[in-house]
Amino acid sequence: MFRSILRNQQKISLRTLATQATEKAPRIKKFQIYRWNPDTPQEQPQMKTYEIDLNKCGPMVLDALLKIKNEEDATLTFRRSCREGICGSCAMNIGGKNTLACLCRIDQDTAKETKVYPLPHMFVVRDLVPDLTHFYKQYKSIEPYLQREDHPADGRENLQSIADRAKLDGLYECILCACCSTSCPSYWWNQQQYLGPAVLMQAYRWLIDSRDQATAQRKAMLQNSMSLYRCHTIMNCARTCPKGLNPGKAIAEIKKQMAFD
Amino acid sequence: MAKRSGLQREVLKLYRMSIRCIKTKPPQTREHWRSFIHEEFGKYKGIPKIQFNTIEHLIRTGYKRYEMFSNPQIKDIH
Repeated sequence: MFRSILRNQQKISLRTLATQATEKAPRIKKFQIYRWNPDTPQEQPQMKTYEIDLNKCGPMVLDALLKIKNEEDATLTFRRSCREGICGSCAMNIGGKNTLACLCRIDQDTAKETKVYPLPHMFVVRDLVPDLTHFYKQYKSIEPYLQREDHPADGRENLQSIADRAKLDGLYECILCACCSTSCPSYWWNQQQYLGPAVLMQAYRWLIDSRDQATAQRKAMLQNSMSLYRCHTIMNCARTCPKGLNPGKAIAEIKKQMAFD
Repeated sequence: MAKRSGLQREVLKLYRMSIRCIKTKPPQTREHWRSFIHEEFGKYKGIPKIQFNTIEHLIRTGYKRYEMFSNPQIKDIH
């Protein structure tokens, strides 16, 4: 009896693998990438062309860059971290628009070349890596932290009404990728004095925070012709923001508040 | 001598700053610093003077390195 069971089991037909799909025709897409090496400063920056088969590559530009770095040219340099648009490391100029490489789909039209540059009007450290030191210094200058004289009596957190919290929506999501600031012509020409949309949006975020008590000082800091009023509502910032925020509106709100001072 | 261009003056300014900074270092290491500065400036002597972007970049990195090396905790080099 035992043997018969075994024999029956042998009769069950084995599952076979599906027949392999026919090989798709390769879709070769050309990427032109900005290259510059600080070790040989005599050489001028140049555009280098890489070819990628879109069938063997992920959907985003960052996937393509990683594929180039892994398989073609290990010297290609760029910043990347989270690959899902929350760290803001991979901000670069792709096809003429500042965006995050991890959120930007590859244009499937293989007839066109995609051009990838570092963020415009920033000093380049290497290849696609811009020098954001000044941008971070400006962010530091607006004191982006909660400032209070007194603390809650029970020694716990500072409470906030739901309505007050709702005012921060659309402001706190900013990841400081610098896409908006570097797309702003006003910021290009007055980088040293004008704070730029990203930093001003954070300034506004702290201005309207109901828990913050340094509103007067914060406003006084912006009360000059350069820091804030170099914004001429060009609105490139809102067009380019990869997170869909609107720094232009935040700046307008600051201007509105300051007008009554 | 012909009038110096703004860029040339910038380079000389950085060079003088670096040389003056040697005085803040301990006497026995000063010779090292001097030769180091000469070497660094000598590296790019051959750059044609119309390559503004290269020279500007070198000046920028030069200032960054100056700030780093002028730290009193750094006493010797090479």
